[in-house]
Amino acid sequence: MSDRRAEREAEKRRRDRRGLAISAISTVVVLGGITALIVTSPGWPLVRESFFSAEVFSDTFPDVLDAFWLDVRVFVIVEIAVLILGLLVALIRLADPPALFPLRLLATVYVDVFRGIPTILLVYLIGFGIPALAVASEEGSTPLGWLPTEPVILGGIALTLSYGAYVAEVYRAGINSIHRGQRDAALAVGLTEAQSLRHVIVPQAVRRVWPPLLNDFIALQKDVALIAIIGVTGEAFRVAQIETSATFNYTPLIAAALLYLCVTIPLARALDHWAPGAYAAR
Amino acid sequence: MPVPVIEIQGVTKAFGDNEVLNGIDLEVGEHEAVALIGASGSGKSTLLRCIDLLEEIDDGDILLDGEVITDPSVDAVGVRRRLGVVFQAYNLFPHLSVLENVVLGITRAHGVDRAEAEDSARPLLHRFGLAGREDDDPDRLSGGQQQRVAIARAFAARPRAMLLDEVTSALDPELVGEVLEAVRDLKAEGVTMLLATHEMGFAREVADRVGFLNEGRLVELGPPEQVLEAPERPETQRFLRRLLDAGRL
Repeated sequence: MSDRRAEREAEKRRRDRRGLAISAISTVVVLGGITALIVTSPGWPLVRESFFSAEVFSDTFPDVLDAFWLDVRVFVIVEIAVLILGLLVALIRLADPPALFPLRLLATVYVDVFRGIPTILLVYLIGFGIPALAVASEEGSTPLGWLPTEPVILGGIALTLSYGAYVAEVYRAGINSIHRGQRDAALAVGLTEAQSLRHVIVPQAVRRVWPPLLNDFIALQKDVALIAIIGVTGEAFRVAQIETSATFNYTPLIAAALLYLCVTIPLARALDHWAPGAYAAR
Repeated sequence: MPVPVIEIQGVTKAFGDNEVLNGIDLEVGEHEAVALIGASGSGKSTLLRCIDLLEEIDDGDILLDGEVITDPSVDAVGVRRRLGVVFQAYNLFPHLSVLENVVLGITRAHGVDRAEAEDSARPLLHRFGLAGREDDDPDRLSGGQQQRVAIARAFAARPRAMLLDEVTSALDPELVGEVLEAVRDLKAEGVTMLLATHEMGFAREVADRVGFLNEGRLVELGPPEQVLEAPERPETQRFLRRLLDAGRL
């Protein structure tokens, strides 16, 4: 190695070491400061007892964990429904034929409306509105009696409609980003429009929008807790809430939070891991 | 007289106010290669896209094997299955391997089963110098290799005619030769083709006839030695002189 090169490398190393030292010290100072501020505050012993009680944690964790299983099932089923609904809506919005105009309009209105309503409100409206439609008339007939009245199903429908609207837009952006030449080439080898979407356009679009899709998965995973508000009893947040009011201690909520993190953090890491692959040309 | 493979009759096409094709008449006979030359924007690419029904013509007719293909009642997919197109920018499917690029059309559009399609695709890739690259992603190949994959893909179903749209324009100069070699190979097999090109030397060598397009009109059409060496029309003479001055002839 020439002297010049060695000199430059040494200078670079010096600069890197200096940067590392500065950032390490500032991190320790900030975090240490905040910690010190919290644990020396007069309220800390009370907070520690009511939020981080080991005893309450070990007593209530199994129940919360049990309930979390329902969250996971709802999440998985709703996510699958969202992926299908979103793709369907995106394809309708992108369809060319003039004959499909009414459907296209419907899809556009759906996305605008359901993206615009707070998810919590939608869960309420569907959770209480649909069962009301299903009540019997005075003569006892129930023309809409087949409508679901189970809170967990209604909650799942509300989440599906809400997230379907977001995911439809993600898909649409992805499909729009695929170069026109891909469609030309697909048609040129003799594929129909539907085949060209199925085999050429959509697979590429999904690869491209994988990171924002995963982002919506994570948001949905957390929002499953919203179904508790319409009376779904076995849900993790709800169970933690009940335990909290029974023990006058907030530790069960911390247990629930930890469980959510157990799913969302791996999902987020998966996102980081997959994202570069999704952006690479493949 | 035998029916031409491709027959273009009085075709016009405008994008908004921009008249891109202005009454084109042209026939391409069986086993014939016709090269279209002309400046960028003269309508060469649009004409090829219109033949493959990737664009809709405004007026006139295009016939394939004597049948009008440009009526709305005609099944465009069926027409495209009888033609092979190679694009300037290759347009390979980046999410599929080289082999799958070639196989997709024959299996999905032509109903050939997968194993049989692969059996016919492999020798074709081999023939265009792509042996051993079957499982690669297209973007790992050079431009010249990608364009040869595109030629194999377009030719895989043995179309009635190949439409080649400036297949060497996106390539570095040193890669042009290998792609032209593939086209020459098709010509030697007697494949009917209509090609838009900027390679005058190649047009002279491979084409049976050369047509000069200018502002959407086919100004001159004849054997290469006539159109390229003794053009009759002043527009053709000007175009060739400009190429000569630029050292491209």
